[in-house]
Amino acid sequence: MESKHKEPLGQSPISVSPLWDESRQSWGMYPKTTSLVSPLHWRGQEFSESSQDKHPSLSYLPFGRGRSYGDSCLNDKNILLGTEKLNHFIELNNETGMLKVEAGLTLKEVLEEIVPRGWFLPVVPGTQFVTIGGAIANDIHGKNHHVAGTFGCHVKSLELLRSDGTRRVCSQEENTDWLQATIGGLGLTGIILWAEIKLKKIVCPWISRETLRFHNLKKFFEYSEDSDNKFEYTVGWMDCLSQGDDLGRGVFFRGNHLLVKEAAELKVKQERIKTFPFHAPEFLLNRLSMKAFNTLYYHTHPSKKSEIVHYRPFFFPLDGINHWNRLYGKRGFFQYQCVVPYEGSKSPIFDIIETFAKSGLGSFLTVIKTFGNSISPGILSFPKPGVTLTLDVPNEGQKTLRILEILDEKVVKCGGRVYPAKDARMSKESFKHYFPERPAFEKYKDPKFSSSFWRRVT
Amino acid sequence: MKLLIFGATSAIAQSVAKKVAHEGGELFLVGRHQDTLKIIAQDLVVRGAKKVGEIAADLTFREQYSEWVESAAKFMKGIDVVLIAHGVLGDQKQLEQNSDNAFDLINVNFISAALLAEASAHYFEIEKKGTIAVIGSVAGDRGRQSNYYYGAAKGGLEIFLQGLRNRLFPMGIHVLTIKPGFVSTPMTAHLKKNVMFASPDSVANGILKGIAKKRDVVYLPCFWAIIMGIIKSIPESIFKRLKL
Repeated sequence: MESKHKEPLGQSPISVSPLWDESRQSWGMYPKTTSLVSPLHWRGQEFSESSQDKHPSLSYLPFGRGRSYGDSCLNDKNILLGTEKLNHFIELNNETGMLKVEAGLTLKEVLEEIVPRGWFLPVVPGTQFVTIGGAIANDIHGKNHHVAGTFGCHVKSLELLRSDGTRRVCSQEENTDWLQATIGGLGLTGIILWAEIKLKKIVCPWISRETLRFHNLKKFFEYSEDSDNKFEYTVGWMDCLSQGDDLGRGVFFRGNHLLVKEAAELKVKQERIKTFPFHAPEFLLNRLSMKAFNTLYYHTHPSKKSEIVHYRPFFFPLDGINHWNRLYGKRGFFQYQCVVPYEGSKSPIFDIIETFAKSGLGSFLTVIKTFGNSISPGILSFPKPGVTLTLDVPNEGQKTLRILEILDEKVVKCGGRVYPAKDARMSKESFKHYFPERPAFEKYKDPKFSSSFWRRVT
Repeated sequence: MKLLIFGATSAIAQSVAKKVAHEGGELFLVGRHQDTLKIIAQDLVVRGAKKVGEIAADLTFREQYSEWVESAAKFMKGIDVVLIAHGVLGDQKQLEQNSDNAFDLINVNFISAALLAEASAHYFEIEKKGTIAVIGSVAGDRGRQSNYYYGAAKGGLEIFLQGLRNRLFPMGIHVLTIKPGFVSTPMTAHLKKNVMFASPDSVANGILKGIAKKRDVVYLPCFWAIIMGIIKSIPESIFKRLKL
């Protein structure tokens, strides 16, 4: 009996599903979109003409786990290429720490395999549920930006599949310009199939963490300056609703990987993952409840504390609650992350925080961090030297949009920028100011690729 | 665990294999396509598998069944568990019209799976231990107009496994019938997803638990036991009028 499947399965053409799907949304739950979802199954699959026959006029966008907050991972009324099944490891060199993996693997899956072997990802964001492809396409940063730069700084090579069917291995040696366009390229240069990443050596999964309360923004800068050369990881949580003398008070976290071998024997507390069961009713989210939460959070942290914690609660505290985004109700929320020049007590960040504190909007989770001076490798990478502020703002419609627009004006004025991976509302003009490099990017964009974000800002 | 998998490229099989690899197990993969087996084998090695072997072959080549089991046993120096995971959903309307396709579907889903289980049984009978885990389906619980070829094949397979279990029980050999409901896999890529769909990962956890606890039949997720209990209890005189 002869096999009916002569074509190797791994090279079958990518096929586009005939169903419009509303299950793929972004983490901010705004905007709501519908798209055709076409899952990729193998890294050898072809992007052939037959893939594109059925919908010649629609555009494509790779979709990992939808952990971008806004619409940069969405492609409304067009096609999403699901990378969930591109979840195979390819090689781990235990001598050099070079890891080769498919792009649809999440950081969680990667960490679970490499940590027991004494390796860690060079950069991790605030959630481990993002994919490797997403980490590259958004050139993510983490609490160690001041020493390690962005995720893209550690990508040695990757393979890019374009809609014309061509494949390119991009590295420091070949197609370097393509590598620079794809890092931070928002998935618009083609599909990242796999990447090679240089890992970081660790001894154990534990972090020695110090927690310090700062009673105003100036104190934050002091802690930050003092910590950046002694601690690999630093970040501040801020009470964005306190004003006057308390403006910018918060809690500073800093930590290093524990270097003691014996620590490997510390017992990991059994984590109980909780799930936020439903969308919170909107009336629960108001300035009063947010004020109460922020005040409580500030005061429940001791003024100084040292402890040893597992890497998961240290890096990914919110991952302990599935669907925490439902806290913001059905209307969803905006995350606003900007970077502005770091000029000590003259930093424009003071003005931005004050404007927000007085605006009447609130934020549960406000994060502040100073970026290091390393140059981000991507043409459209977000991080640059300065201080970065992240606000989680419930979507209250026009009022919210208006105030974020005011913040945009301030960021534009001081030569800062806003992070596309978090954005669902910046204007064309703002984008132009934030990313003057965009014309240089255009040449590398796949003509058949687009996103809701891209159509909005260009 | 020393695990031999037939249909190793299936999404559920891959999820099971990853978990076994993570625990440092040994695996032997049989599947149709060399290229995709290679991708999976590489992945399992990085995830911690002590050893991964593979054979690319058409699973309807029944002359070779005992050979494959022998090769796996030789490669891993023994087998603890055989997982039979291959299957084809087919298009019911097309199967009604084309008897060649209908024959192939029953051949793959029933005959090949049953005879692979038998070939595995021959090996385990000598060893006096082992587990044969076979993926059936809730569709095998009752014939419905929307997929009775697939359902009949899986239902036949279940009855075959009942008999095999009955025969092997005195020898201490464990036979596990796995009955998943809807699972988000390439097999169901064309169906609209809803809350009834389980992830291959959670199904894999259920399979490994069923193996460890030496269960006879597991529905995955377990709520399907209730749903199918109700569906099975509907009298045929009423059932024949339903659009299911």
